[in-house]
Amino acid sequence: MQSGDRNGPPNRLGPHSAKSVALLSVTGLTKTFGGFTAVSNVSFDVGEGEIVGLIGPNGSGKSTIFNCIAGMYVPSAGSVNFAGEEIGGLSASRICHKGIGRTYQIPRPFRNLTLLENVALSAWFGQHGKTVRADCWRQAEEALAMVGLPTDARTTTDGLGAAALKKLELARALATQPKLLLADESLNGLDHSEMEQAADMLQRIRSERGITIVWVEHIMGVLMRVVDRVVVLDHGEKIFDGAPRAAQSDPRVVEVYLGADVAA
Amino acid sequence: MDCQLDIFFLEAVVNGLLLAGLLALLALGLNLIFGVIDVVWICYAELVMVGMYGINYAYKGGMPFLVAALFGIVLVAIAGALLHFLVIRPVLETPPINQLLVTGGVLFLLQAAATMAFGIEFKNLGIRLGSLNIIDMSFSWSRILAFLFALAGMLALWLFLSRTFIGTAIRAISQDRQIMPLMGVDSRKLYLVTSAIGGGLAGLAAALMVLQYDIYPQIGLQFGPLIFMICVLGGLGNMIGGFVAAFIISQFIAVGSSCFHTEWGYAVAFLFFMVAIFIRPQGLFGSRT
Repeated sequence: MQSGDRNGPPNRLGPHSAKSVALLSVTGLTKTFGGFTAVSNVSFDVGEGEIVGLIGPNGSGKSTIFNCIAGMYVPSAGSVNFAGEEIGGLSASRICHKGIGRTYQIPRPFRNLTLLENVALSAWFGQHGKTVRADCWRQAEEALAMVGLPTDARTTTDGLGAAALKKLELARALATQPKLLLADESLNGLDHSEMEQAADMLQRIRSERGITIVWVEHIMGVLMRVVDRVVVLDHGEKIFDGAPRAAQSDPRVVEVYLGADVAA
Repeated sequence: MDCQLDIFFLEAVVNGLLLAGLLALLALGLNLIFGVIDVVWICYAELVMVGMYGINYAYKGGMPFLVAALFGIVLVAIAGALLHFLVIRPVLETPPINQLLVTGGVLFLLQAAATMAFGIEFKNLGIRLGSLNIIDMSFSWSRILAFLFALAGMLALWLFLSRTFIGTAIRAISQDRQIMPLMGVDSRKLYLVTSAIGGGLAGLAAALMVLQYDIYPQIGLQFGPLIFMICVLGGLGNMIGGFVAAFIISQFIAVGSSCFHTEWGYAVAFLFFMVAIFIRPQGLFGSRT
């Protein structure tokens, strides 16, 4: 077991993480709901430019941690530090303004808006209305182009498949101009080639835009190819923090999550 | 029953059309608030009453009518924002019945306050705009102007909702309230803006109504139930549905009054409403949930 090694050197650095400056620092994070403890004393750092996988079985606390970072939940204890500033307990909109974008596992587009409106809305409000309208439309077009969706002003969400809706979700998060992207199960519901494309896209987002990514995922194979580091959770506790290859040979990770087939 | 396709019938139809503009404006304000905040302002028509009194005293205090009307719109917009901030926001996460009851409480509070402050006598501005006479038909200019300004107000709102990012967010938030903050939208501010706009529409309605109706503390009761009926018939929260329903209901009122008796106009409209709701409980344009 490798836990508490948050200051250890990353095993595979991303192109923007040479200095390994912690952009996000989660310390002693605990979240309880009544008598149930969903997350218990979890700590990990995410260096600038890294892609970190946050993995674990269902109910291990991944989404709860995401919700605490993104401001949907107020942490019961511990701290969430982003770019040197404590953000634990701030509202979701303020956290977004500070530079954290988030996608949802199940895409939640606004069906009565066009694709471009969906994304432009993020661009405008994500930057706190401090940009001019023309820039928002341009940024929306760029975000849509980056994920490979139509950039015209007429295309609606009607008839979009699972992969396209995931891309729209990603474009909306990108349009807020985040420094950190929280990607929630971006591969869920995609076929194998779509998974590979989505993983490549996350890598491209990091390399072209310098965005740091924390990626919650169930599907290990593709994730392991892309991430620099994995944080593994079980029953709300961190059980591993290190290189993907090391995770695959860690007995406790194998026991609770990966299964005998991967260990072999 | 005295219903013939004659000139008087045509006059009733046109008057119904003119009334529809005003009712559509009021229904739009209520639908906007319900669609965005998911709260029904039972006291909406009482905000109109506040605006009418405000315009009355501003005009009689020496303001030109247009300035007084603008004052009334701003007054009710502020009242709408205050209503949200002081009354709705504290109960936003509570069951809908609580929200309904607190706005009901505001209804009685405003009526009582107006009675205490302004008395029970009817007041009017004393502005007479005359009538437009076509063949043997007569249409008051106050109704015609109210119709045109109501349409202009609705057009302005449509432009705001479709051309601005705040308007786009207002259109979107009713679909998914949870995701909005993750896009950087402060829902609390959006609710406040929506309440002010809803209040502003009530203020515009007040400015158009003071030219047609006497002002008294209970005038809200004359329009309140009618507006709710229109909103429910169109599908609560559905702005286009409310617009169309306003034209349907106003025709039932106008033609019902013409064919039977003035007092029967509202009864005929309510009868139609009941039958329509039996057939489509979600409203003519509402979607079944």
